[in-house]
Amino acid sequence: MPLLEGEGREVDVAIIGSGPAGLTAAIYTARADLKPVVLEGEPSSTSDQPGGQLMLTTDVENFPGFPEGVMGPELMQRFRDQAERFGAEIHTVKASRVDLSQQPYGIWVGNASANEPALRAKALIVSTGAQSIMLDLDREINMVGHGLSTCATCDGFFFRDQHIAVVGGGDSAMEEATFLTRFASKVTIIHRRDSLRASKIMQQRAFSNERIRFMWNSVVEAYLGDSALSGLRIRNVNTNEISVLDVTGCFIAIGHRPNTGLFAGQLPMKESGYLLTKANSAATELAGVFACGDVQDDFYRQAITAAGTGCMAAIEAERYLESLH
Amino acid sequence: MSTTTLSNATFDEEIGAASTPILVDFWAEWCGPCKQIAPVLEEIAQENEGKLAVAKLNVDEAPDIARRFGVMSIPTLILFNGGEPAKRIVGAKSKAALLEDLGEYL
Repeated sequence: MPLLEGEGREVDVAIIGSGPAGLTAAIYTARADLKPVVLEGEPSSTSDQPGGQLMLTTDVENFPGFPEGVMGPELMQRFRDQAERFGAEIHTVKASRVDLSQQPYGIWVGNASANEPALRAKALIVSTGAQSIMLDLDREINMVGHGLSTCATCDGFFFRDQHIAVVGGGDSAMEEATFLTRFASKVTIIHRRDSLRASKIMQQRAFSNERIRFMWNSVVEAYLGDSALSGLRIRNVNTNEISVLDVTGCFIAIGHRPNTGLFAGQLPMKESGYLLTKANSAATELAGVFACGDVQDDFYRQAITAAGTGCMAAIEAERYLESLH
Repeated sequence: MSTTTLSNATFDEEIGAASTPILVDFWAEWCGPCKQIAPVLEEIAQENEGKLAVAKLNVDEAPDIARRFGVMSIPTLILFNGGEPAKRIVGAKSKAALLEDLGEYL
């Protein structure tokens, strides 16, 4: 069924976002015959895209049921196929506005100032996820695709036998650095502290990789090079000493921010922008609005916990809809 | 017309001989965002037959061509007009955003 701007079609359940949380919610609500409508998002080269952050990863080694590991995009395709098998209606579109001031809740696509929403949903499941933070330096946008990358799996190939930098100290940074040594001659991890946040197994992998070296207590201050990246200006945060690191590639993995702009002023959130849910529940303060996955999780942030909270949101949405009768 | 496939052997000839602007999609099997825009490019090819051709180049099979045009990130779309690169789009985008970028050639 097409999703039309301004149509105001009434549905039981709308799901915004299509990572592990949103698609698990879709599988459960579809199996409960609630005919969920999923707004999966639009193609992009950041993690704000259909399938979410796993679309930018290679081997997922910790998702149960895949002893040999599974590629992130393949895992998400399987989630999506499973949701479609039970009749979830999936649209490759972004929500442009929501109105949570009255029920059923209005959801717009395309023109956000249209009078009528595209959908009116009795229950809304929010699973818009989080996306990587960039450094917010001069010329950053222009450098993307010219040495600065938002997707290691997409772009590592182009840095064969070159020296590249990864910025960050968490699991994502270690994973990207380790992956990039398949191509690069040398990978320098730039981290602002003197120890890593990453899990032990990921740290050990990075420490034992002879192509990886570390630049501790350091931050990137500028991208160097005219038409393409030729280096980074680095400042040591303890000594304030400035140095230049000659690299042709730079990958940023310094953390995430939740995609909650759509809900500003309408749903309670932490100062950091993560949505607040009730204890041991996916329910938000608004009746019939549920949040799951990384959009409400600044602690675990795993595919499996996202799927788990997606399941919670679906079961709670089902009970909520039953309570309306 | 649907999208066509270019290779090392055919790239220069097909770009040189194209009678309309031709949009080349530099892509690879291991690139998630590339897969997402593939159906969008297929639609754009079919809806703009006669005005714009769309062709795909697998960078795994043709790394030298990717290097020649300075491709360091995929998907990268390069629009060739009269055999010369005239426009470059880096990163996956929605159909609406791509159509806006390509507006002057449609």
